[in-house]
Amino acid sequence: MRHYISITEAQKKEMLDAIGLHSAAEMYADAPSELIRKSALDIPRGMSELETLRAVEAIAAKNKVFPTIFRGAGAYRHYIPAIVPAVVSKETFVTAYTPYQSEISQGILQSIFEYQTMICELTGMDVSNASVYDGATAAAEAAAMCRDRKRTKTLISAAANPDVIETVKTYCWGANAEVSLIPSKDGVTDMDALRGMLDETVACVYIAQPNYYGMLEDAAAIGQTVHGAGAKFVMGVNPIAAALLKTPAECGADVAVGEGQPLGMPLSFGGPYLGFMAATAAMMRKLPGRIVGETTDSEGNRAFVLTLQAREQHIRREKASSNICSNEALCAMTAAVYMAAMGPDGMKDVAVQCLSKAHYMASAISSVKGFSLRRKGEFFHEFVTECPIEPDKVMSALEEKGILGGLPLADGGILWCATEMNTKSEIDSLVNILREVSSK
Amino acid sequence: MKLLFEKSVTGRKSDYLPNCDVPVFELSSSLLREKDALLPELSENDLSRHYSALERRAYGVNNGFYPLGSCTMKYNPKINEKTAALPGFAEIHPLQPRSTVQGCIEVLSDMEKMLCEITGMDAMTFQPAAGAHGEFTGMLLIKKYHEKRGEGKIRTKVIIPDSSHGTNPATAVMCGMTVISIPSGSDGCVDLEKLREAVGGDTAGLMLTNPNTLGIFDRNILEITKIVHDAGGLCYYDGANLNAVMGVIRPGDMGFDCVHLNLHKTFATPHGGGGPGSGAVGCKAFLAPYLPKPQTVCDDGRFSFKTDCPDSIGKVKAFYGNFAVMVRAFTYVLTLGCEGIPEAAEHAVLSANYLKKRLSEKYTMAFDGICMHEFVMTLEKEAKEKNVSALDIAKALLDRGIHPPTMYFPLIVHEALMAEPTETEGKETLDEAADIFLAVYDEAMKDPEKMHLMPLNTPVQRPDEVEAARSPRLRWKPDVQ
Repeated sequence: MRHYISITEAQKKEMLDAIGLHSAAEMYADAPSELIRKSALDIPRGMSELETLRAVEAIAAKNKVFPTIFRGAGAYRHYIPAIVPAVVSKETFVTAYTPYQSEISQGILQSIFEYQTMICELTGMDVSNASVYDGATAAAEAAAMCRDRKRTKTLISAAANPDVIETVKTYCWGANAEVSLIPSKDGVTDMDALRGMLDETVACVYIAQPNYYGMLEDAAAIGQTVHGAGAKFVMGVNPIAAALLKTPAECGADVAVGEGQPLGMPLSFGGPYLGFMAATAAMMRKLPGRIVGETTDSEGNRAFVLTLQAREQHIRREKASSNICSNEALCAMTAAVYMAAMGPDGMKDVAVQCLSKAHYMASAISSVKGFSLRRKGEFFHEFVTECPIEPDKVMSALEEKGILGGLPLADGGILWCATEMNTKSEIDSLVNILREVSSK
Repeated sequence: MKLLFEKSVTGRKSDYLPNCDVPVFELSSSLLREKDALLPELSENDLSRHYSALERRAYGVNNGFYPLGSCTMKYNPKINEKTAALPGFAEIHPLQPRSTVQGCIEVLSDMEKMLCEITGMDAMTFQPAAGAHGEFTGMLLIKKYHEKRGEGKIRTKVIIPDSSHGTNPATAVMCGMTVISIPSGSDGCVDLEKLREAVGGDTAGLMLTNPNTLGIFDRNILEITKIVHDAGGLCYYDGANLNAVMGVIRPGDMGFDCVHLNLHKTFATPHGGGGPGSGAVGCKAFLAPYLPKPQTVCDDGRFSFKTDCPDSIGKVKAFYGNFAVMVRAFTYVLTLGCEGIPEAAEHAVLSANYLKKRLSEKYTMAFDGICMHEFVMTLEKEAKEKNVSALDIAKALLDRGIHPPTMYFPLIVHEALMAEPTETEGKETLDEAADIFLAVYDEAMKDPEKMHLMPLNTPVQRPDEVEAARSPRLRWKPDVQ
């Protein structure tokens, strides 16, 4: 089997002759001979493309694709217009490296500049970077941006996504910085508890809007309280909800971050997704990662470049604001194509449909005996219900019908999600199944 | 070229969704944003052509030779794109019941086994999303190790050669450690005496890539890792340069305790204009309990995730990493198999040596002799004598349709150009490229002044980077247009 190598055996010999060697093995003469493998790797032998395809297809077939999904909790199924994958599978975009050579990378650079603009518009913030790995690492990087010599502590709402909390904790532990959870009350961040925790060591406070349980926080009030104590305010936002809700800027956020997956990325078992990050102008030079700026070339034409690189690891080494190098550029392009395809009306429409279907579903589920909404307050497209029976029983019954139900929570509740993908008839059949299962 | 926003026409749109089939719910106005996001209003035709135009103003491996050192720009096989897009992977929610994601966990589990065999490690995580993220994860394992032994507060120094990637020192600082930079010896390798002086009771570890960024395999590697281990530190392998040795020499056998791999370099997954990548991290058994959670387990053919990992460093990212990137790399490893992996490495090294040999005719090499997968040229003499810099050569190559080598890296070589041709280029491509490199050199020597104007045939000419940084314009604004 031979794959992806263009050099023929005859050419190999010519090339070895040119460099004055007799065999390829001689090229490794610098390495201690005991390190050179004498036996073949203990992995399967290579395969033809057709055999590989069959093997991988067989593994993919062991997964179950649910035609209907009512589960979110950090990863959301939305409609992806056909133009989105068509654009981002263009070979040049797929196979380009980071745009270091700006003269031949204007296409990539401009796409990032457009993405940055859209993220600024969506969040209301002044400046966006070119992306980070995902929403969880974006939150962790935002916390790092806010730390200074005096203020080192991060407060994070217990009502945030558990993966975000875990990731922020890991990053803070790494940096020897303290992190504490703000307790939640009635499904949202407990304001009284927050007030009690704010002191002169607190660098920033992170809350999610909507939060993990789908509830809408009084973000502006939290922002005011946080600023009153001299700390920075970091908001994690769902980008679909952001088309509708008060922007992080309007809530006083210093940094807005979030998981960009809902903007045209498939579920793909958790990745690749997109961490978006935007900040106030005052925080611009603390942003991690790539940023694209507009300038002119020697002829006076519009040109784009990677800029403000004095923040970055390849220039600053141990003084860099982060070690990030590769980011999620193609996912950022995906988000930009998605937002441009949907347009301002389309984005709002998706948000309104998510909101409306979730409220229709919440009231329909609540009509089933034993199911009830756990919290009163406002929510976006997720909500928690109590469940009169073992949630696993409900899930199995739904699974038989090709439905992925809400996420069972550790405390017996179920976290449901509806998006524009869920039709009224799907929701109605869900409710019928719930009725059947719970009356057994 | 106009921006999407400048092509926007009020009222232009495409309807992608049916009308809402449930009563529309309205939130109280106090929760709503004051004005809509100013997104472009376009037809799908506008949008499609816009990105086709952008594609023509970009350059990928598919467009031509891309010898960008340290980035391993090898051909990205198309079958890998096909498998990653299989609905059985792409449409799987990360929080589905485990019984319904057996195939996904099998990919993780099989990939762990195969990459452990290739690296000489015992366990692996795929959570990190990129190389630097992998470095961060790996160094956190080392931090945890010292913490568990009650030496967390003492062992805080990380030794890093001055030829290292910039991510290495930046990573150490993110892990709450301080950096001891050691100068390379005159042979470009680790200076053993300097290393012996640097290690001690405060050593957390060493971060090293081998072959190093000069493309040299450090012949003292066993001694190097021994010195660090004897001092109580651990050895971290930056896998950016694994393509030179995969299947031939294993980091684990060199004495490394943990390693990150750039699946988007060595294992042929595309770079996507800067990501997404995947920075898998492997480690020896004694570090395995500290790996990020959840960890994959296979019990009697049933796959699951272990979440009860009391000594884990926690999570470095949501879910399990960039899964679709792993599927691509998995497909690649299955395709190449045990014989194809070392064959790829050997051909990468062969290509580099052949190109180096051809370019040596005119270019000064930072180090002579046989190189690994990449080599470094220096334009120091030409810069001094003729005012022709590495940048000038790079920009002239753009005009000739070649992506230039990495410029000004490693930092220890003045006016550096670092070239990595990879195994997927043919001899004809290498010969054509060599002819162009040599012609550009001659041109530069004849007319140095002309070089500062290049490139002339690219979509834009040299952009004003100083202006970009001095008064940053980082987004489009309607009022200034």
